[in-house]
Amino acid sequence: MSIQCQNVSKSFGDFHALQDVTVEIDSGQLTAVLGPSGGGKSTLLRIIAGLETADSGTVLIEGQDVTHVLARDRGIGFVFQHYAAFTHMTVWENVAFGLKIQKTPKEKIRGRVNDLLNLVHLDGLAKRYPSELSGGQRQRMALARALAVEPGLLLLDEPFGALDVKVRQELRDWLRRLHDEVHTTTIFVTHDQEEAMEIADQIIVINAGRVEQAGTPDTLYDRPANQFVMGFLGPVTQLGDRMVRPHDIRVSTQPEAGAQEAVVDRLTSLGFETRIVARPTNNGSPVTVQLTRNQINELNLQVGSRVYLSTYPTAQQVSMPA
Amino acid sequence: MLYLSLLVGLPVAALISLSADSTAWSAVYHDAHTRTVLEFTFAVSLAVAVLNSITGVALAWVLVRDDFPGKRIVNALIDLPFALPTIVAGLVLLTLYGPTKPVGLNVAGTRVGVLFALLFVSLPFVVRAVQPVLLTLEREVEDAAACLGAKQWTIFWRIILPAIRPAALTGATLAFARVMGEFGSVVLISGNIPRTEIASQVIFNDVENGAPAQAAVVGIILLGTALVVFVLLGLLMRRWTRHG
Repeated sequence: MSIQCQNVSKSFGDFHALQDVTVEIDSGQLTAVLGPSGGGKSTLLRIIAGLETADSGTVLIEGQDVTHVLARDRGIGFVFQHYAAFTHMTVWENVAFGLKIQKTPKEKIRGRVNDLLNLVHLDGLAKRYPSELSGGQRQRMALARALAVEPGLLLLDEPFGALDVKVRQELRDWLRRLHDEVHTTTIFVTHDQEEAMEIADQIIVINAGRVEQAGTPDTLYDRPANQFVMGFLGPVTQLGDRMVRPHDIRVSTQPEAGAQEAVVDRLTSLGFETRIVARPTNNGSPVTVQLTRNQINELNLQVGSRVYLSTYPTAQQVSMPA
Repeated sequence: MLYLSLLVGLPVAALISLSADSTAWSAVYHDAHTRTVLEFTFAVSLAVAVLNSITGVALAWVLVRDDFPGKRIVNALIDLPFALPTIVAGLVLLTLYGPTKPVGLNVAGTRVGVLFALLFVSLPFVVRAVQPVLLTLEREVEDAAACLGAKQWTIFWRIILPAIRPAALTGATLAFARVMGEFGSVVLISGNIPRTEIASQVIFNDVENGAPAQAAVVGIILLGTALVVFVLLGLLMRRWTRHG
């Protein structure tokens, strides 16, 4: 299902969670809503789901205005960060819940629930209670539960936020594969730019209640609209009045036209790469540069070395306000 | 241990030894009045437990989920029946619902009056048991059910009620045990009529009339009933909270 949010605003008391947000999500895509905590991304998701009502603006699903349609009538699957498991029901009953209250025939429920438990690799644990599952298993159960009613749209609110790194990576890959199989339009909220870059077709960056930029991961990385997006999607440093990526800085030991003279302040070896911090001689702010160990050896860099810094022609840069 | 023995064990043992008198048991058994009173006591206690479960859950719900001016005052008011000496509670009820009829209702000397008094003194049990559970209930669980198409009523019935059921039942059981032996609040409003007497009054009268063994027998019956109810509660709780 395609989604459009038009000029959506939402406040909680004095706090403006969303301000005039307009986004468009195409059918069948896996979209990440990315941004720092408290930036309004969960609020946007909850408004799309109908769990929160926008103060102003409209939400369209498949072109239909659903702004005033209740959550239960929107046909949306929602997965919460903290699982929101029905603790007094078994895994099987959790997954069957949506079908049961729709009064689906028993045999159909049985078939569908078994299929879903298979899909999320929980077939052996159908009779367990949520408290007897690990975090990753609980979240997979929640996903099966959301998928049971065959929603046209799947929304996930920081779905892997409460899990440890290894499980998070597993579930991330698994969500991508699941999406490639099921093709349900999926939106997930995350504050982890790596997670968003890795599995999303489309990323919407939200900060302080506003959309900073929307586009494919490559577009956002290669052509960031502003400092915020550039800074949020990867490491950045400042060279003169420009914001650049630390690996886009060229280091030379010979003076060059347009290059900034600097003195190496610190060398930090991080295995295959080495990070240097250089202090410009014009008293500009320190510059971080990422080099390979071979480059360091070729240039014979040490603390106190005099270097000349410039950017590669292909480097992405964003100018800093004066 | 010693403290517990002195405070609980010894009196119970004394009660048991006092009641170990077969003539007293047969006297109680053959006394139609005592039997009627015991039947009424159990019936009214059960009614109180059931009514309290319903109103208690409703009150707890309103106090946790609704916002209204004066909520804190209402919340504090819930504890009033506990804070008030029961005889004062009885007096208040008698003044309000007694022969002077300031609210146009006279239930003094009726079984309804007894029910009123017992409902009043046991009001906080269910409310205070359910309130903390409702507070810790994640709103997201209800959101999840709503997204799956559940109506408000379905959410309450299938999601919220199972979660608060153990607490509500515990509160109701406590209320049941408490009102079964209630004396102070009932003695005034029941009006000293045989029909409205409850067990504690029979015990009082037996002792007054020089039949302490019979009083002890009635006491043991009350104690036994409470014990059975608590064991049943324990079993049910184990079933319900296995996966808590």
